[in-house]
Formats: sequence, C-alpha cells, structure tokens
Amino acid sequence: MRPTLRFLSDQLIEQIVSEAQELLSKIGVEIHNDNVTSLLADNGARVDNEKKRVFISRDLIESCVKAAPKAFKLYDVFGEEAVDLSGYNINFVPGSASINILDYESDRIRRPVTSDIVDFTKLMSGMQYIDSQATSIVPSDVPEKISDSYRLYLSLIHCSKPVVTGAFTIDAFNVMKDMQVAIRRSRDELKSKPLTIFSCCPTAPLKWSNVTSQNLLDCAEYFIPVEYISMPLTGFMAPVTLVGTLIQHTAETLSGIVISQLANPGAPVLYGGSPSVFDIRYETTPMGDVGTMMIDCAYNEVGKHLGLPTQAYIGLSDSKQLDAQAGLETSMGATLAALSGINSISGPGMLDFESCFSLEKLVVDNEICGMIQRMVQGIEPKEDFPCLPHFEEMMKEQHLLIYDHTRKYLKSEIHFPGNVINRANKARWEEEGSLTLRERAHKEVERIIEGYEAPELSEEIIMELRNLMETEAKKHGMDRLPVSD
Amino acid sequence: MEILKQISESLEKGDFNRVGELTQQALDQGLDPKVILDDGLIAGMSIVGQKFKVHEIFLPDVLLAAKAMYAGMDLLKPLMIKENIPSIGKVVMGTVQGDLHDIGKNLVSIMLKGAGLDVIDLGNDVPPAKFVDTAISENADVIGISTLLTTTMPVMGEVVEMAKERGVYGKVKIIVGGAPLNADYAEQIGADAYCFDGVNAVDCVKRFLGAG
Repeated sequence: MRPTLRFLSDQLIEQIVSEAQELLSKIGVEIHNDNVTSLLADNGARVDNEKKRVFISRDLIESCVKAAPKAFKLYDVFGEEAVDLSGYNINFVPGSASINILDYESDRIRRPVTSDIVDFTKLMSGMQYIDSQATSIVPSDVPEKISDSYRLYLSLIHCSKPVVTGAFTIDAFNVMKDMQVAIRRSRDELKSKPLTIFSCCPTAPLKWSNVTSQNLLDCAEYFIPVEYISMPLTGFMAPVTLVGTLIQHTAETLSGIVISQLANPGAPVLYGGSPSVFDIRYETTPMGDVGTMMIDCAYNEVGKHLGLPTQAYIGLSDSKQLDAQAGLETSMGATLAALSGINSISGPGMLDFESCFSLEKLVVDNEICGMIQRMVQGIEPKEDFPCLPHFEEMMKEQHLLIYDHTRKYLKSEIHFPGNVINRANKARWEEEGSLTLRERAHKEVERIIEGYEAPELSEEIIMELRNLMETEAKKHGMDRLPVSD
Repeated sequence: MEILKQISESLEKGDFNRVGELTQQALDQGLDPKVILDDGLIAGMSIVGQKFKVHEIFLPDVLLAAKAMYAGMDLLKPLMIKENIPSIGKVVMGTVQGDLHDIGKNLVSIMLKGAGLDVIDLGNDVPPAKFVDTAISENADVIGISTLLTTTMPVMGEVVEMAKERGVYGKVKIIVGGAPLNADYAEQIGADAYCFDGVNAVDCVKRFLGAG
C-alpha cells in the first residue's frame, strides 16, 4: 500500500473549487495581454477592456479543465522516457531560477557565472534520485535578455535529463522553442515527446502579466508543457486562512488552465504553484514554513480532484547556509509532498527563499529524495509468509546475513544512502577525517563532477544549438559567449 | 598461476562450491597448500576487504566470500597440519564475564576466519583466566575481547592484568571492541588496540602478525 496523506475532505475541495469559480465569474482576472483577452472574449468570456478584467463563467472553466490531459510524460534529449507525471507518481526537480549561489570555498553567497551552471549541469547528470533538471541558476555574466535562453542552452548540451525552465521575456520563448525543435528534429516530434516544462506565474491577486500570459499561448501552440505557479501570500496578498489562500490559488490556476486550453485544447499542463505564508515579522515568504507546505499539499489535492497532474515548490529551505535548518525544512517539505503524491516536486538544492542555489545542498537533497522514494514504495510482504523457514535458518546459522532471502531482497527492501549521510561509528568517522556534512557534500560534488561524461548529442545538433545561441547573443550585444566547457 | 587467479575470483564472488572444487584441483596439480592459501584464498579475501571498506560491496558479500574461504581452508588445513605449516595466525575470541552479548563478537570472528586466521571462539560470559589460559595452551597470537555493557568494561582490564601475571603480556596481543569502548579506554587498561569494527579488527590483527 502506498502511504498517502490528505489534508482536505472531498466536500471541502468541492467548496474551494466552487468559491474559486465564483471569484473568476464575479471579480474576474486582470490580464495585460490583448491576444489573451481577445481569445477569451471569442470564447464567450465577458471582458472589461478599460480595467483589463476578464470574467470567466463556471461552464467555460469546467470545459477547459476537461480538455486538459490527465497525465503526460517527459523525455530526455535522446527521446527516452524519463518522467511520468500521472497518478501518485513523484518526481524530483531542483529548485529553479536562483540569482545567487552559495560558494563552497568562501562559504558566501555570490552572483553565479557560466562555470557555476556548467558544474551544476554536470552534477545533475549524477543525481540518481532527481530525474529532471531545471534551469536552476541565472547567469550574471551574460546580458539579462539572454539569461533565460542561455541557461537552457547550457542545460541541454551538458545534461540529458528533461528541463524545467521558463522564459523571462516574450521574445526569448522563440529561441528556447527552436532549441527544443533542434533536438527533436521536428515540431511534431517535440509535441509527442515533451522535453521541457515552462513555469508561468500569475501575479497575486488574480493577475496575468503581458509576458507570462503570452508564454501560456506560445507554449500551448507548441504543446510545450507549462506549470502554473500561483503565489498567493497568506494575510497579505491572499486571505490569512489556509482555506482562503487555497481558494485564491485555485482561482488563479484555473484562469491559467482556461487560457492554455482555449489556445490549444489538450495542451499539457501541471497544476502547480509556489504559495506561501507571509512572515509579517520579516516581510518574507518562507518556503520552509509548515503552513506553506500544508497549502502546497492541499492545492495538490484540489488538482488531483480536478484530474490534473500536479507540481509544487516544496522541499527547499530559507536558510542562508547548508545547516540544520536547511536539512529540516527540505526533508519535511519533500516528505509531505511525496506522501501527498505531488507529481513534480521542485526544490532540491535551493536556499534563501528560492534565490540561492547550493551544489552541496543538491547532493544532500538527492539523498533525501532517495529515502523518500523508498518510503512511498510502502511496506509489502516479500516471501515473508510463512515466516517459519526464515526463523529456523536464523536459529541454525546464528544469523541471516548470507541467507538467500536476505541476498534476494537486501538492496530493494533496505535503502542505503550515499557517502553524504554518515553512518560509521565514531571511531571510523574519526579515522576517515571527522568530516562535517558540508565537507562530505563537497567531496561528493567533486567526485561526481570529476566522473561526469557528456551526453552524446550529434555534432549537427550541438552546432545547431550553438548557432541559435550565438545569434541570440549577438542580437543582444554579446559577440562571444563565455567559455562553457 | 591461472588456477590461483580463478580461486581468488571465485572467492570474491562468494561462489563457495567453485572455490572448493578449484582448491582441490590446485592440490591435484601438486601446488603447495601454503601457496594456494596465500596467493589464492587470502589474495581474494584482501580484495573483498578493500571493496567492503569503500562500500563497493556489503557485509553479506564479505560473509559469502568468507564462506568460500572456509570451503578452501577445509581442504588445506589437514595438509598444512601434516606438513607442519603454521597457520597465519591464531586468535582467541570471547565476550567478557558478566556479558551475554555476542553478536558483535560473532561478526568479528566470522571476518577473522574469513581472512584466513584460526579463531578459537570461547563464546560469551568468559572469565578473564580462560582467555589467557587458552591463549597460552593454544599458542595464540591475539586475544580479542568484546563487551557491550559499560558495567563489564573493567573486566577487560582484568584480562590484561592476568596476561601480565602469566608473563604473556606483549607477546600475546590483546584487542578490544564493543559499543561503549574507545581508543583512550583501550590505552588506559593497557590493551594493544581498540578495533571499531570487523574490518578494522582484521586489519589490526594482520598488522600485529606483520602480514598486512
């Protein structure tokens, strides 16, 4: 039996959805993009052009939710299936778009450059419990207008895993889409084997900017999956109660689904988000807050009720260092997310309110993901009945260490973590250098990067990607890309 | 020699039947039992120990290899005794008087045997004199003492004192192990070494024997 956690009753979910529909029909959603408002108007939504508000009826919402796929899969750069976003499957993804990195040598937070991203993609290739990569780090050594496409370019050439990403501008979508078509060799192939997910964020309360709503249209056109990242803040930009925040999250996310499905029925979408409790003491949005985690798990239940695959930014920390706070917030969030069956769990590697990435933390979080993946497999009998022969063997041999049953099930039944998690007795730990978690994690980072092997993309594809990126860079005033190898 | 390499490789895999067969074949070919032991069985077991240390293989793999080691040893031992070839080392093992915990001690015994050593296991609740008397009568190289309880830790010191009284202190090395111990305590009571796990105990004994 898969262990499963629920926060909401079916009745409460139905009430939340109903109230959200009421909001969308009565208060509406503010949309700063004429293509989107006219698309909605063409499909019967009432539009107040002056206030840029669109009022969406229950019927339209319900038909759009029905049009959205119940599940979809992601494929790596070679076209091999990598991630199955359906049912209660869980998949971990590193947190995305940090503007800083925690530097190991100085133990300080600084702006990241190309070589940091390359190290990250190499490290990601070796993260056995994290099946997707993300454009987790925003480079500071290229013009801002190519910082989104450039990080995708680096991800695609250095790591074969599918990518969770996003465009910072309307224009950037084009080159980011062209890179994917270059890898798949055709638009149809990209449609049948999605390679990326684009994060698209509404603004609280109930607003879509020009860029993010246009990104929804563009992704839908190419069947590039999107994850809606609604970010209500309790007691500030949303009601203070968790239920009130959930209603707003539901309304914002439903408005996104309507846009995508009207643009192209059947476009793959993830019912996602990054809501947060608002910490009125520091004016911050803690991802490690227990209320934040509860909202995440609960909206995932709403998404499941609507029959959609889900996503959340959960399993990350607000700490500024790789410390106990980082560990406890990350593992608590990731555990709750997994028990709730959130399909795409975004978080590993991230610190400081989604703004600072740590390679060492990614390695530690990978171990958390491994433990959790074992946990959700639950407890199942494995040739345990009848038990008598096992105990007879133990009485006879005095131990079961080399018993057939032990050898058959040891590695699938018991999860053994990697070198980051120290389980030596004190004397052995001392003999091996009394290394701290941070030191052990750094050793792992170095070991994995050292053993990295580049994905074997064809020369033709690599050239095509490089040409696309260089042309884009020139357009924005950069004649030579930073050296990336 | 090809057959010694095969013995070593089969032992690494824990294939005890094959190790038995190959050892017999090697004997039939007229190879010296000591050569088969050193360059076949023990050579394989050393690789197993290394792999275990770096987590490439797990404890069950080591124990399977140990079982394969016994399969070969059972054939070699009578011949070695007949030809007066000394064993590579003899260890007297036991849990101290007042303590019935023997899981850790058993594990260490299995690993010592697996490394090709002769082990005389006295079991648990062993009086100090019995450790020392057995070591003397059996001409053992090492005494291994285990305890899990803080209350029985001082009994280990009594074993050391007893060894001094009988004049074998320093000649017979004394190693200690168990959850409440540490290197400082071992030094304090005059033991020759504290071993923190089975592999460490094997390394330690080999060091004393000058074989590792």
